[in-house]
Amino acid sequence: MRAMFRTSYAQDLLLARSPAAWGWYGLLMLVLLAIPHMLGEFYVGEMAGVFVFAIAGVGLMLLIGYTGLVSLGHAAFLGIGAYTNAILLTKGVPFIFSLPAAGLLTALFGVLIGIPTLRMSGLYLAIATLAFGSIVGIVLEKWHGLTGGFDGLAVPTPAIFGYVIEGRTGVYYLSLAILVAVLLLAMNILRSPLGRAMVAIRDSEISAQSMGIHLAFYKTVAFAISAGITGLAGAAYGHYTNYLAPDGFGILLSIQLVTIVFIGGLGSLHGAIFGAIFISMLPQAIALSRDSLPFGLGRLPGLEPSLFGIILVLVIMFEPAGINGRWLKAKRWFGEFPLHRRAAFRRQKSYAKSERLR
Amino acid sequence: MRAERVIDGHASTCLTSTHNERCDGISSTPKGKRAGMDELVRLVQLAINGTAAGCIYGLVALGFVLIYKATEMVNFAQGELMMLGAFFAYTFVGMWGMNYWVGFALAIAATAAFGYALDAVVLRRVIGQPQFAVVMLTLGLAFIFRAVAGAVWGYDSVGFLTPFTNKVADFGGGVILGQDNVSIIVGTVILCAVLYVFFSRTPLGIAMQASSQNQLAAYYMGIPVRTVFSLIWAISAGVSAVAAVLLVPVSMIDVNMGILGFKAFAAAVLGGFGSIPGALVGGIIVGITEQFAGRFLPAGSMELTSNIVLLAVLIVWPQGLFGQVIRKRV
Repeated sequence: MRAMFRTSYAQDLLLARSPAAWGWYGLLMLVLLAIPHMLGEFYVGEMAGVFVFAIAGVGLMLLIGYTGLVSLGHAAFLGIGAYTNAILLTKGVPFIFSLPAAGLLTALFGVLIGIPTLRMSGLYLAIATLAFGSIVGIVLEKWHGLTGGFDGLAVPTPAIFGYVIEGRTGVYYLSLAILVAVLLLAMNILRSPLGRAMVAIRDSEISAQSMGIHLAFYKTVAFAISAGITGLAGAAYGHYTNYLAPDGFGILLSIQLVTIVFIGGLGSLHGAIFGAIFISMLPQAIALSRDSLPFGLGRLPGLEPSLFGIILVLVIMFEPAGINGRWLKAKRWFGEFPLHRRAAFRRQKSYAKSERLR
Repeated sequence: MRAERVIDGHASTCLTSTHNERCDGISSTPKGKRAGMDELVRLVQLAINGTAAGCIYGLVALGFVLIYKATEMVNFAQGELMMLGAFFAYTFVGMWGMNYWVGFALAIAATAAFGYALDAVVLRRVIGQPQFAVVMLTLGLAFIFRAVAGAVWGYDSVGFLTPFTNKVADFGGGVILGQDNVSIIVGTVILCAVLYVFFSRTPLGIAMQASSQNQLAAYYMGIPVRTVFSLIWAISAGVSAVAAVLLVPVSMIDVNMGILGFKAFAAAVLGGFGSIPGALVGGIIVGITEQFAGRFLPAGSMELTSNIVLLAVLIVWPQGLFGQVIRKRV
């Protein structure tokens, strides 16, 4: 968004934009590590929820924001990850194996869905993942022997090398650790040839193909990585809720996950975090304002999904860069305070792009 | 998870389960016939019930396809447009006591006007944004429509009497069908004939074909492409209103009936996304497959059928029945 002056190619390969950025990230990390000692149980639990959503958001950001493919079935991957982890733990597999297994199995499912559908236009992926999501939802409900059906499945308390991860604080640190690992993975992917290929595919499939990028291969890899990260988020989600019910992984959750990415701002990892914060805080905000809204608006049964819908529509129509875009604009506005030019962020006029034969 | 569970992924079975009950209710053929004949008649009735359900899927899929062909947008809120059409009809006929046919026409007009406004106010603004932005936009709209319909008409299932409710048509040979199913099939055929004549004979229909084939050339020929696109949205919304009203005798109206739109996706993909006859044929195939799966396969397979058909078609035969194989040129 903001023009960056590059003075060497090595600058393109840096993990963070500048040394100052490392300072800020380190400070944030210190604050996050200290939070469980400063805030109450409730807030620690809420923060853990934000981290879980942020992990899934990073996974989906790699797919939607950087590869330009939209998946409407990521709740299914979250569910597969959560159930894999929980079932393996129940069978007595140690957590250090069950967590990667959840990620790997989910990535495998991603490959299985990706191979047939990613050769076609992105639209088919959206439709196919939608179908896949509802199939997985029904299977989780009906396969009583494996998932316990509607009786639900209690998630055992995990332990790493004898250290038991329990309570909200434990889940907080666990999901924070996974989130940091996933973010480092994503940042490194994005500066590797794989990440560059993904961005090239997003910007123009045809030109990417002419540069020698094997579209189907890279799309499948991106989809598998995204699904795998979402599977890890699912494992963390299982520990966050302690109890898995099959109806929690429906299309509404899928759309919430995609909303994270869109509201946060496409094409930035910061955006995934912003979006996760937003999505986690929205239900709380609704609950707080439920009684103070006029005309009994707060008591409408469909308030939350419709708010998601309205926010999604408004963001796509008026601020396609999402919260992250707003943040960058605000930063720039303050950065050049008295001399702000109004045209700096004016959107270009855009025209319909056809994907059809002409 | 924490969200209120307003949509339920599996609420759509009401359509098909009503079919089954009715099918079981009237399929008792006169005594004295041989068992083989009985079985055959039952299969025929199953097939016709499936065709009727399939016609509804086909009509909703037709709505997708019309919009996709013209604007390259996929409207994930098509099922919700159908739901709105059903509620409009319920308002006119069920609440205000209008004549069925007048209410039918008014519901189509109201939904079509809504579709026109939707394109003119919302969707025209996102032209040029990536395709998935439009997908998310229409999904967001679907949630809004659901909430608005819930706030206006409530979350209970409603219905109203139609001239076809609970009547039977005897075709001889032991084949006895509900008039509701027959009316769906006949209504679909009539609608398709009207649309065919409209698109091939009237100037406006030809202008629509032209603008969906090449926008720029259509502009140069003096066709107001934007208005034409909005009109296509209106037609597509009107078609889903027709599907909704035809569906009323066999299924209750409620806020979640838009989930049927996902089955229509299977129909559209099977027909080769972008082909109008394909959408209808695909819908009928999905409908019949679903009925037979419900009869002969274990419980739960009926809900899965359309999704499995969709994935299978995408894997095995992605261009579908009538799809064109398109190669991109730079």
